[in-house]
Amino acid sequence: MKSLEELKAIRERNQGKVGVRSENETQTRVVVGMATCGIASGARPVLTALSDAVQKEFLTEKISVTPTGCIGLCQYEPIVEVLEPGKEKVTYVKMNPEKAMEVFEQHLKQGQIVSKYTLNAENL
Amino acid sequence: MMTEIALNVLDVAENSVRADASYIEIDIAADTKKDVLEIIVRDNGCGMSKEQVKRVTDPFYTTRTTRKVGLGIPFFKQAAESTGGSFKIESRENEGTCVKAVFGLSHIDRMPLGDINSTIYTLVVFNEAIDFHYRYSYDGREFVFDTKQMKQILGDLSFQNAEVSQFIRDYLDTNKAEVDGGQTL
Repeated sequence: MKSLEELKAIRERNQGKVGVRSENETQTRVVVGMATCGIASGARPVLTALSDAVQKEFLTEKISVTPTGCIGLCQYEPIVEVLEPGKEKVTYVKMNPEKAMEVFEQHLKQGQIVSKYTLNAENL
Repeated sequence: MMTEIALNVLDVAENSVRADASYIEIDIAADTKKDVLEIIVRDNGCGMSKEQVKRVTDPFYTTRTTRKVGLGIPFFKQAAESTGGSFKIESRENEGTCVKAVFGLSHIDRMPLGDINSTIYTLVVFNEAIDFHYRYSYDGREFVFDTKQMKQILGDLSFQNAEVSQFIRDYLDTNKAEVDGGQTL
């Protein structure tokens, strides 16, 4: 059985690296729909894939990944919204972890919107 | 339709999050002798009125304004009852809600438990302000994961720190495998 003991060492190693959760105005917010509709269509792995990627590349100061409720477009779930300060909201629809990684690489890291997955690209 | 019980657990626990709970208990217990898989999600959130509790299993009832149906609870109830199990939801306003679903463990219609570790991980890491108490047991063996204890050790170090979140994953994976022998439920 693994115990919580190891956390003490992690705590030691990360002294001074606290307050990562501070949300600020310059931060890009990534929200993933996690109501029944989102969960049933596969939002859980999308959320964790995005969050893992942000953590691994030490981008938690710049990008926050959070779950949200139902935004009323259930048929397009899983939905990922990217809210950059001073820019218009971008809504990605019918996501999966692979598509979400493309969004991470191209949009979140390089600022290029992946228009083939945005809501406008779907036939509304 | 949900494809795993773990997704139902995530969905129901998200209701607890939205009910402003500060404490959520999740209990998963499999017993091969009694042939049951018992799931309990209990919170100290805002609760529901008697009228709401009565209507919550009705798919055409929801408090949301973004859509007209509320399928989370009906899905969970149907999934449990179709395996010869049972479903119960109890709630008191300003005190909290308790959802209990019992599944027939070996019933052919029981959906797999699925990736319960990912469900717990998602809940814990993305709702740091809430204390979670998770218990997983299999034929009497069990392990507990309590985020209050974690916070006592970590102080203000976030669960979203890469090392901490990796630890949470490892903790859940290792201990679950030891408790149930690594089998797929």
